[in-house]
Amino acid sequence: MQLTLSGISQRVGAQTWLYDMSLAPTPGAVTVLLGATQAGKTTLMRLMAGLDVPSSGSVLVDGHDVTGTPVRERNVAMVYQQFINYPSMTVYDNIASPLKLGGRPKAEIDRRVRELAAKLHIEVFLDRLPAELSGGQQQRVALARALAKNAPLMLLDEPLVNLDYKLREELREELCALFAAGDATVIYATTEPSEALLLGGWTAVMDAGELLQYGPTAEVFHRPVSLRVAKAFSDPPMNLLAAEVAEGGARLNHGELIAVDLPREATRALTLGIRASALRVQPRPGDVALPGRVELAEISGSDTFVHVHTAVGELVAQLTGVHEFDLGAALTLHVSPTQVYAFDATGALLVAPQRRT
Amino acid sequence: MARIDLDLAHSYKPNPAQDSDYALLPLKMTFEDGGAYALLGPSGCGKTTMLNIMSGLLVPSQGTVRFDGQDMTRATPQQRNIAQVFQFPVIYDTMTVAQNLAFPLKNRKVPEATIRQRVGQIAEMLEMSHQLDQRAAGLSADQKQKISLGRGLVRPDVSAVLFDEPLTVIDPHLKWQLRRKLKQIHHELKLTLIYVTHDQVEALTFADQVVVMTRGKVVQMGTPDALFERPAHTFVGHFIGSPGMNLLEAQAGGGALHIGALSVPAPRALPEGALRLGIRPEYLALTEPGRDGALPGSVRQVQDIGTYFLVTLDVAGQTLKARLSPEAERPAVGAAVGLQVLGSHTCFYKNEELVA
Repeated sequence: MQLTLSGISQRVGAQTWLYDMSLAPTPGAVTVLLGATQAGKTTLMRLMAGLDVPSSGSVLVDGHDVTGTPVRERNVAMVYQQFINYPSMTVYDNIASPLKLGGRPKAEIDRRVRELAAKLHIEVFLDRLPAELSGGQQQRVALARALAKNAPLMLLDEPLVNLDYKLREELREELCALFAAGDATVIYATTEPSEALLLGGWTAVMDAGELLQYGPTAEVFHRPVSLRVAKAFSDPPMNLLAAEVAEGGARLNHGELIAVDLPREATRALTLGIRASALRVQPRPGDVALPGRVELAEISGSDTFVHVHTAVGELVAQLTGVHEFDLGAALTLHVSPTQVYAFDATGALLVAPQRRT
Repeated sequence: MARIDLDLAHSYKPNPAQDSDYALLPLKMTFEDGGAYALLGPSGCGKTTMLNIMSGLLVPSQGTVRFDGQDMTRATPQQRNIAQVFQFPVIYDTMTVAQNLAFPLKNRKVPEATIRQRVGQIAEMLEMSHQLDQRAAGLSADQKQKISLGRGLVRPDVSAVLFDEPLTVIDPHLKWQLRRKLKQIHHELKLTLIYVTHDQVEALTFADQVVVMTRGKVVQMGTPDALFERPAHTFVGHFIGSPGMNLLEAQAGGGALHIGALSVPAPRALPEGALRLGIRPEYLALTEPGRDGALPGSVRQVQDIGTYFLVTLDVAGQTLKARLSPEAERPAVGAAVGLQVLGSHTCFYKNEELVA
């Protein structure tokens, strides 16, 4: 199904919630809407669903204008942050409800409910009420019901945000497999860059009501068109350093020269960006050294994020595995100039690190 | 401050018969004076039950709680001299920040000069010095929770400070700052701090010693490094890290180790019979297929996670994950590969417990 948003905007009273934007999510694939809270993700999804009508522009489904068509006349499945189920119905009836509305034969409904319940590992709960299940199980029921609808457009608004991280990890992986197996166009809103990367597919980066960039997820991550995209699509935040164009590269305000290959037309004032994962504790030939002191080592379980206070500013380095550092200990971070991003004075991307292909 | 010894079990049922009747299975453990501890586990694992037993909100159905050797099993939270910080701010809206921070000291009739000095010190640490005269009512949820943290930490003579998911209401961008503050404060004040959370980042960042719990059982108490490198239980391997540790079915016997089609000399002394081999995705290396000692597998999926590649592999009917650096050779989907599963980071488990 080809969904097309053409020149849409959304104003509520004197406020603009969505600025003029056009977006045609890739049919049959997952498109991630990535942005902080208040970026406009939910507002955009409500327009896609037909829950709201845009202030301007049009919404097209396979070329047909559906801008004013209400949600119940569209074929859309939705899953929300909150676990929304029919509280008085059993899990079985919850999953079966869209199929019953569709007037399917009983045997087919039964087969489909059991198939979906098995896929989402809730087959043993079919006779229970949603309130008797854990949060993770309740959200599985809501997901199964959305999938039962077999709608060509599926909208998921931060569906895993209220679950423990291990459950989130498990369910995200299952969802990816389900999306890949189906042919629905899936729109998935999240505030987490890492979740966008794990979902893969395509990503639309949003910030303060604006659509900043749309493209294949890894491509957007590796080549953000602007500083704003780079900021929105990095966790921990990309390290940003003020610099000036100099002979042979860019010079940091503290004097270090970083040999980035800048285009001729580059503005004098620059911002250099270094992803946390590009900073290393062990130097390699050609690296720039940034000495400092450890502020804190945050340990995620698979990575350690070391916050280091240096002369050029606060830096965060991402190290694989668990590493313990004493607060205040001296630590020098190293970066290869080939791993540095450069943005011009307007925030437009000038240089992105070369990637191995 | 005090050293806390637990030797107890708790059941909410009158006559517990099986393991599942216990909220906390029989355990014996010590929290050293001045240590920073985290109780980590999924919801329902028993961590809050343990915290409530330590604070005196709950009397264990069997066994004892000792503070510096003294039996405190039935003592009230006041008698135990415990400070607590909860998920949501517990403060007086009508008081100023300074009055809120001073309240636990005033209650204990601490001299005015000492109060002023201590409130100043805590406010400084939490970067609230400029807000001391503001009314709490006008502050954001983050700021209010900072006051709660300050109130928990303000008394120098407490046996321990207990935190129950204290950063839940804090904005993600502020979380790391507060984690840093708590760590610094522990460094400077040397209070015994016990922190309950389901979030591994919070636990591993905050604590020197992390107590991992599942289904009412303490499965490991160790440093973050130990939980990563040598998980004592398969649950710890799975729970710590994203993705968690790979666990492969294996058989040991006659000095050999059999994993699927692969048989190699046992790399260490291993107990005979069925085992599980544990290797973290960070340590699973890919080589060409057919290499000596490498396990044959095939590539199911390769994901670009931005800072690394996550490779999903099928090996003898089991799924493994490998994390490759962006500089490593990227395998093609469907390709046959060899997997190096044996190395210094490999762990062996029997009945879920680490054996080698």
